[in-house]
Amino acid sequence: MSETLFKVTIDNIVIEVPAGTTILNAARKIGGEVAPPTMCYYSKLEGSGGKCRTCLVEVSKGSEKDPRPMPKLVASCRTTVMDGMEVKNITSERVLTARAGVVEFLLINHPLDCPICDQAGECYLQDLSYEHGADKSRFEFQKRTFKKVDLGDKIQLHMTRCILCYRCVLVANQLTNQREHGILDRGDHAQIATYIQKNLQNDFIGNIIDVCPVGALTDKTFRFKNRVWFTKPVDAHRDCNNPKCCGEVRLWMRGDEVYRVTGRIDEWGEVKDASNGKPGWICNECRFDKKKVSDWVIEGPTNVNRHSVISQGHYVNSVLPQETLPEVLNGRQPKLLMDIHNVSEVNKPNIELSALDRPAHSTDF
Amino acid sequence: MGSIKLLLEKAHVEGIRYYDVYRREGGYRSVEKALKTMSPETIVEEVKKSGLRGRGGAGFPAGMKWSFIAKPEGVPRHLVCNADESEPGTFKDRYLMEFIPHLLIEGLIVSSFALGSNDTYIYIRGEYAWIVDILEQAIIEAKNNGWLGKNILGSGFDCNIHVQRGAGAYICGEETALIESLEGKRGNPRIKPPFPAVQGLWMRPTVVNNVETLAAVVPIINMGGEEYAKIGVGRSTGTKLISACGNINKPGVYEIDMTISVEEFIYSDEYCGGIANGKRLKACIPGGSSVPILPANLLLKTAKGETRFMNYESLSDGGFASGSMMGSGGFIVLDEDQCVVKNTYTLARFYRHESCGQCSPCREGTGWMEKILWNIESGKGKMSDIDLLWDVQSKIEGNTICPLGDAAAWPVAAAIRHFRDEFEWHITNKEEAQKRNFGLAHYANPIHVPA
Amino acid sequence: MIQFNDTQMAEFKRLVNRYPADKKKSALLPVLHLAQDSFGGWLSTETMDYVAALLEIKPIEVYEVATFYSMYNLKPVGKYMFEVCQTGPCMLRGSDDIIAYINEKLGIKPGETTADGMFTLKTVECLGACGYAPMMQLGKHYKEHLTKQKIDEIIEDCKKAAINNN
Repeated sequence: MSETLFKVTIDNIVIEVPAGTTILNAARKIGGEVAPPTMCYYSKLEGSGGKCRTCLVEVSKGSEKDPRPMPKLVASCRTTVMDGMEVKNITSERVLTARAGVVEFLLINHPLDCPICDQAGECYLQDLSYEHGADKSRFEFQKRTFKKVDLGDKIQLHMTRCILCYRCVLVANQLTNQREHGILDRGDHAQIATYIQKNLQNDFIGNIIDVCPVGALTDKTFRFKNRVWFTKPVDAHRDCNNPKCCGEVRLWMRGDEVYRVTGRIDEWGEVKDASNGKPGWICNECRFDKKKVSDWVIEGPTNVNRHSVISQGHYVNSVLPQETLPEVLNGRQPKLLMDIHNVSEVNKPNIELSALDRPAHSTDF
Repeated sequence: MGSIKLLLEKAHVEGIRYYDVYRREGGYRSVEKALKTMSPETIVEEVKKSGLRGRGGAGFPAGMKWSFIAKPEGVPRHLVCNADESEPGTFKDRYLMEFIPHLLIEGLIVSSFALGSNDTYIYIRGEYAWIVDILEQAIIEAKNNGWLGKNILGSGFDCNIHVQRGAGAYICGEETALIESLEGKRGNPRIKPPFPAVQGLWMRPTVVNNVETLAAVVPIINMGGEEYAKIGVGRSTGTKLISACGNINKPGVYEIDMTISVEEFIYSDEYCGGIANGKRLKACIPGGSSVPILPANLLLKTAKGETRFMNYESLSDGGFASGSMMGSGGFIVLDEDQCVVKNTYTLARFYRHESCGQCSPCREGTGWMEKILWNIESGKGKMSDIDLLWDVQSKIEGNTICPLGDAAAWPVAAAIRHFRDEFEWHITNKEEAQKRNFGLAHYANPIHVPA
Repeated sequence: MIQFNDTQMAEFKRLVNRYPADKKKSALLPVLHLAQDSFGGWLSTETMDYVAALLEIKPIEVYEVATFYSMYNLKPVGKYMFEVCQTGPCMLRGSDDIIAYINEKLGIKPGETTADGMFTLKTVECLGACGYAPMMQLGKHYKEHLTKQKIDEIIEDCKKAAINNN
């Protein structure tokens, strides 16, 4: 092998990586806590990263040739290693302080509406806040809100939850040939939108849901149907007609029902490579329209990290509880009581819960 | 007339805006000298020898920046002139372009030749709409007289200069944001590396320089780099344009040779002419809104009690603890009636307005600082807000892609550092603070120098 | 349907020709200025889609840019727009009073337009005229060293100009 290998030390652990590797990817090779958290970087999307600043690390030694430390913390996702470089991640007080700062910045305008957010349980901002956030907020102002933007019947956009990682824009640019949404306005008013109300149509656009690190983009066909920790993920595939689609997916099931279909996400929150060696992006048909077990060949249960809330639910052979209310109500469907998905729209349709500039209270329903 | 003038020497000659007068006054000599007698390499050498530092704010040696430009075979290179002058307090480039446009064009031709740029762009802030016409007129005149176009002066060098208008975004003064904007995109700064010298405009090697920097190339070529370096002091060579504003008698653009003291600059009739309306000096932001504000005592003398001079080294003497920066040369003077809290608030509002929104610390932090400052200013502040503000700025500074985060953090930090008692007074005297300002307090008192 | 007339189209071509043939998008900012000046002082969706088609880029690329820069008006504005600077150096020289005076005189707050569609008041951040403060931008030019009297004169001049133009 003629590949040049660079020796790099991250949090006192030495590893050799090919020249051109970023600090982040070197750290991911070591794994565990040494890998800095990321909110915007996505290795399968060209040009991603650098923006959220959660992966900042301290370079205490530049390289063997030039041992001077770098004066500023650097974004590990966009900084390549040098031979002999020494990096401090969780062993650096500066890094931890800066990271706590970034988490706080990301949360000051975030609605913290996890109780009504479909992403809860698989949200990277939740994880990040849990690891690096404070237990209370110092922000005493009205939170930022946005005008509601409708992206069509398949994808739900909650702009208040967005952290502007740009991943969905990159997906639209790199996976589809007709990007229809983008970042509008600037600064603290920058937002993901279409400008004119427009349904996102492209047959691969559903992947923006999978790359979204927070609950800003969620699957409308799954919306409010179940909590992720009640569902059980299994890997499955089908012969998809779309030549660009690998047809290799993850089904989120409860009992025999398929509640949601997503791409296969790895431990870093990125879509895995499919068996053809290409990134395992899936088409909208697989994602939104194939919700029957008979549509799929099930390969087996997904291996879920034991720390994940998803593996905390031991609902192995669980089935939906039997609806007893209709019996009591003489066959009448208990619309108002049980249909919690639409409760906010039934009781106070004028209040959009996710647009609140504070956590939703019972008085809002 | 005390100090040497290299750029504005002919500024008051009637009709200097037009080619004929400019040429008659000795204009375009440097192009003749450069294209007929010098090679691109020797021009870069002269600029290096001159010690010229970037006049846009960062003060990076211009010759060094030029020598970094990559020269891959068959790939065009570009020179881009940064005329996106937007730092509050700064209006020197505007003066130069508006009144002596040919000086910039002349500097651009020489610099383009040195860097091998056949298509050179001037990116000018969109609000300077009428200056676009002035520059385009100057370009046409230069072209009609053989200074631009094909095979200039028989040297075999082709060059065209194009003027592109921005559209209202301070961030485009950052060189990579400027390049993005020039490519027709949002002005989001790029992550470096790659540096523009390797992959800039259209991924081609690019040098971005400030208007004043490029204009200074003209005297450097005319007089030679070594002669130029003799003007000034230390690493502050040549002359610098200072745009003075705020509460002074004679706001305007002045050319200084960096050997005069701050006190002379403020009080002499040749420059600012003293504080307006007979008031006393309270504070000053000496290098554009983003550099630290200094109280009068620390402005006129350093913490060591030495006289402070108008140059890069002296203005930054003492670091951020007791010094400031030369920055872009936007000299903002506050008299005794001004409120530091309010001034800081308007600057925080400015940076919030101008943040591009890419990096979370800047996008979220600038708005937060503005809100806290507004609370203090409008009588709703709490004592803990001051420490909170300090903490917020410290978490923005150094943690963003481009320097806008720093630029937003520094003015807040410096205001708290030097004027904390004024902030506290706003909080403890809420009603009074709505009616009157804190005043001069002790800010103009001589600094205590330990024996 | 909107379309550049011959003069505007010639200017469009001049702008585009300044960039390499495959970098047409680079002309977006100047072309948006041209379009705004040509079609009523603001950028409608139709105008932006037209620009996108001319430059062979996606409409969203135009929306992204138009919403980023503060000089593009995405809603109709008055015939005369007073863009008064309110940043530090202008504030030190009394820009607050100027804004209040215009408000009092025309009955419009920042962001509003008079009922007759004549005047819009807008507060802006630093325009690079700090030494000539307080100041505002009116169309292509700056009005500097503003006083209440000067504001009165400017308003009168605008009214006269509007009558003469009609």
